[in-house]
Amino acid sequence: MYNARNTVIGLILLIGLVSFPFWYSTGKAASAPQPKLDTPTIQELEEKRCVEATPYMRASHMQLLNEWRTSVIREGNRIYVAENGERYNMSLQNTCMECHSNKTQFCDRCHKYVGVKPDCWTCHIESKENKL
Amino acid sequence: MRGKRMDRRTFLKVAGACVLGLGVMPVTDVFGGNDLPKILRNPNALVGKKWAMVVDMKKCWDNGEEGCVDCIRACHRTHNVPNIGNAKEEIKWIWTASYENAFPDQKNEYMEESLKGKPFIVLCNHCANPPCVRVCPTKATFKREDGIVIMDYHRCIGCRYCMAACPYGARSFNFKDPRPFIAEVNPKFPTREKGVVEKCNFCAERLAEGLLPACVEACKHGALVFGDLEDPESNVRKILRSNYIIQRKPQLGTKPNIYYIV
Repeated sequence: MYNARNTVIGLILLIGLVSFPFWYSTGKAASAPQPKLDTPTIQELEEKRCVEATPYMRASHMQLLNEWRTSVIREGNRIYVAENGERYNMSLQNTCMECHSNKTQFCDRCHKYVGVKPDCWTCHIESKENKL
Repeated sequence: MRGKRMDRRTFLKVAGACVLGLGVMPVTDVFGGNDLPKILRNPNALVGKKWAMVVDMKKCWDNGEEGCVDCIRACHRTHNVPNIGNAKEEIKWIWTASYENAFPDQKNEYMEESLKGKPFIVLCNHCANPPCVRVCPTKATFKREDGIVIMDYHRCIGCRYCMAACPYGARSFNFKDPRPFIAEVNPKFPTREKGVVEKCNFCAERLAEGLLPACVEACKHGALVFGDLEDPESNVRKILRSNYIIQRKPQLGTKPNIYYIV
């Protein structure tokens, strides 16, 4: 093999560079996001509960919102009956954001962590805190 | 001994009944449950089969001050309609057009002097036979059961076929982000984004709460009347019975649901 020394050094350098992101971040797992729930509206609630139970909301809020938008616009039905019989106006902007007015702390934290960019906010108006 | 053994005929009968029972099971699962429906209509919502509007231009001109645009202002403020300030990129849900432009087929050389150049309140006609719905490739615009031709902005891809198809110019395209052009944002209603078409929705969101459209509510002189055409006792039907009424471009067969008294 010609220039064996240089080739081997080059190969080692190359492998090192390519694998850099893997060994550089070993043992440094990004901490799981912890969305904040302390908004004035939520603090005032007697029972701190979303329209459905927390595990369901955590896993399926996107399906719920998708169902809501279809129902509201295409069928004209705007009242959601939750599992416990409570009724809600199906509105991202007026119902969800009324409690979760801290969008940067609540929505964005997880969305950034998992790398999803929902484009809801190009039309739906986010709460005031973010406009400052 | 005979009673203890089941003969073939009895076995087949019992087996048949069991299979029938199994077949019925899914049906009982569906109808037997007493779960509440998860999504409901607001009990206060205004219900109609064919919503329509009568625009009494006589009341508008005779009672209103010159240049009264209360209805337009109320609509545009409620729905966050931007004021772009540029005729080519204008966004409008309800606006004024001269008689000649609003009713191009109903003008003649010697027409009534008083109508010449008069501003007419025009908006989406919520046609019974809407050409915009027929051409929309994504079904973003559709006709609801109550006759409202509405848009699902989530689905609009901005192809503007609907704008080409609408003979009334009732649709506007967002050439740029409309947010900076909204003087006072109404936090109750969403804005639109760059690249979607928009138009009057007959205040579907207000009807759902039992309120009349914003323009109707804003007109101090009752020039705009909203009601159900299918109900013979509705206020619109009463007006239609006793007045001479014109529609915009009726010869096109789109069956507009906005009627004008001149």
